[in-house]
Amino acid sequence: MSERKRPKLAVWKFSSCDGCQLTLLDCEDELLALTEEVRISYFLEATRKVEKGPYDVSLVEGSITTPHDIKAIREVRKQSKLLITIGACATAGGIQALRNFKNVKDFIRTVYAHPEYIDTLTTSTAISDHVPVDFELRGCPVNKYQMLEVLNAALNGRKPNIPRHSQCIECKESGTVCRMVAAGTACLGPVTQAGCGTLCPGKDRGCYGCFGPMETPNTAALAGQLLALGQTGRDVHRLFRTYNANADAFRKESDSHG
Amino acid sequence: MAKAKRDDVAVTVLDKDGLGDFIKNLRKSGYQVFGPRRDSDAVIYDLIDGADDLPAGWGSEQKGGHYRLRRRDDGALFGYGLGPQGWKRQLYPPRQKLFAATRKEGGGFTLAPPAPPDPPMAFIGVRACELAAIARQAKVFGDRDFADPGYQRRLAEALIVAVQCGEALDTCFCASMGTGPEVKAGFDVKLTELIDESRHVFVAEAGTPRGAKLLKAAKPASPADIKAAAQVVKNAEIQQKHLDPAAARALAANPEHPRWDQVAARCLTCGNCTMVCPTCFCTTVEDVTDLKGDNAERWRKWDSCFTTDFSYIHGGAVRTEARSRYRQWITHKLSTWVDQFDETGCVGCGRCITWCPVGIDITEEAAAITGQGRN
Repeated sequence: MSERKRPKLAVWKFSSCDGCQLTLLDCEDELLALTEEVRISYFLEATRKVEKGPYDVSLVEGSITTPHDIKAIREVRKQSKLLITIGACATAGGIQALRNFKNVKDFIRTVYAHPEYIDTLTTSTAISDHVPVDFELRGCPVNKYQMLEVLNAALNGRKPNIPRHSQCIECKESGTVCRMVAAGTACLGPVTQAGCGTLCPGKDRGCYGCFGPMETPNTAALAGQLLALGQTGRDVHRLFRTYNANADAFRKESDSHG
Repeated sequence: MAKAKRDDVAVTVLDKDGLGDFIKNLRKSGYQVFGPRRDSDAVIYDLIDGADDLPAGWGSEQKGGHYRLRRRDDGALFGYGLGPQGWKRQLYPPRQKLFAATRKEGGGFTLAPPAPPDPPMAFIGVRACELAAIARQAKVFGDRDFADPGYQRRLAEALIVAVQCGEALDTCFCASMGTGPEVKAGFDVKLTELIDESRHVFVAEAGTPRGAKLLKAAKPASPADIKAAAQVVKNAEIQQKHLDPAAARALAANPEHPRWDQVAARCLTCGNCTMVCPTCFCTTVEDVTDLKGDNAERWRKWDSCFTTDFSYIHGGAVRTEARSRYRQWITHKLSTWVDQFDETGCVGCGRCITWCPVGIDITEEAAAITGQGRN
């Protein structure tokens, strides 16, 4: 390995399932090339070797759900030149943000034998709600090619090629037949940001919105069409309340179909 | 497609086996043969192995935001209407690598030699509106000073087998755009499917010497066949939708019409209309490098005027609202395209109506904004 100074990379985890960090480890063919370009200084999912900050690039997975998280993310921010959040938890609060719509104390009482040990916030929120973020990479989980593109752009000092348009454009580029038009399937594609690689529509499923709202989501018009296709208000409500339930556009739309 | 020479027009007739042999011959001559094929919930244009891949007995029901495959009782091979995406996919692929370059030691870079071109393509089942769309894109990519060599090569090499429509979909309006339903020019071979109690045949007419050569061994069509073929296309002239291209030019003169806000409330800005439009030609260019920055590639990708990046200039996007993006699209299609290219950018295929998830109808919007009332 070269002796030249490589930028230091740190990978942090907050409330999350680790799937986005695993996406980085899943870059099997590219992982060695990546380690030639960056020095992995903090990545507990991959290695117990830990180096002190500051770090050139921090990838942050997970949402903020505890008072401790708030302190920790401020420290991460302080130690990082570039802070890039990865995945629906870090960019929107994740599936665990469903707590934001309920009384979290009720959950604690139901789930834990000793609720008094639990010290948690009433909400699950995005990293950008707490500290400034340089780039948000969407997805549940993130797409490995997009992840590499963001790292590549960070290392080369350019803007990443991550489109913010609808999933529909990605479906059409790949020649996938529209589920909503050709089968009447409920689909969030028109209001969801592209980038997953057409995972669900390519397998005859509607889009579940894993990549969160696209740049200009007209959720009301889509919801109207879903109702016209025979979905109930409750169906529409639940469709918007998944991994990106706390993303602004999705939260507002689900609220209006309570 | 080679230039048409109409003085040696021979009209022939093929049966189903004859059509199968015709496709087999194309494959033998080295063409990649594309044609209609059923793919789960739609008939798409894709590589086909032979006539058995054609969607026998499949039709489609199409209206705003709605497409359903339907069984036909006549076993027609070309009774499916229009596929979700036209031949733009083949002639003008969604992603094209423009070049690849490698950094040289000591500075500068070397361009990689371009990949050898793909074998020529043959298209089976091109409709009249699709021929018009191909001609319009060919003009965009070639008539002016800066021809697109890739597009021009693919089109020049392509062998076009047109098929006349025997009926219109509920979304068709080629008759009012003057592009169909009759196939008049721009084909190597023109087929008309004839089905009655006693026969299922294809009247085949050559439009070019190359097409004539392919039909050399076919039986000549009888006067009755030729008459029947002319009647088939008459049926497709009955169309539900209409658009007045002359009146629609006034769209550009109505930038503040209240209808723009109404359509914007429905518009998802998803870009589907531009993706399925057979004439929409916008692209963006994307540069990619490996992590070291030693190898770089430049790609051209389909783009859409419904994205905010499309109108991004220094400081932000120019068209931030849905209304300005929808207005840009339809005005360019029906109004300013004429200023640029002396013809309209719409061929009346109706794909933007069918594949809009909320069924926004270009004919209704154009009529409302130019004061023609709803049709």
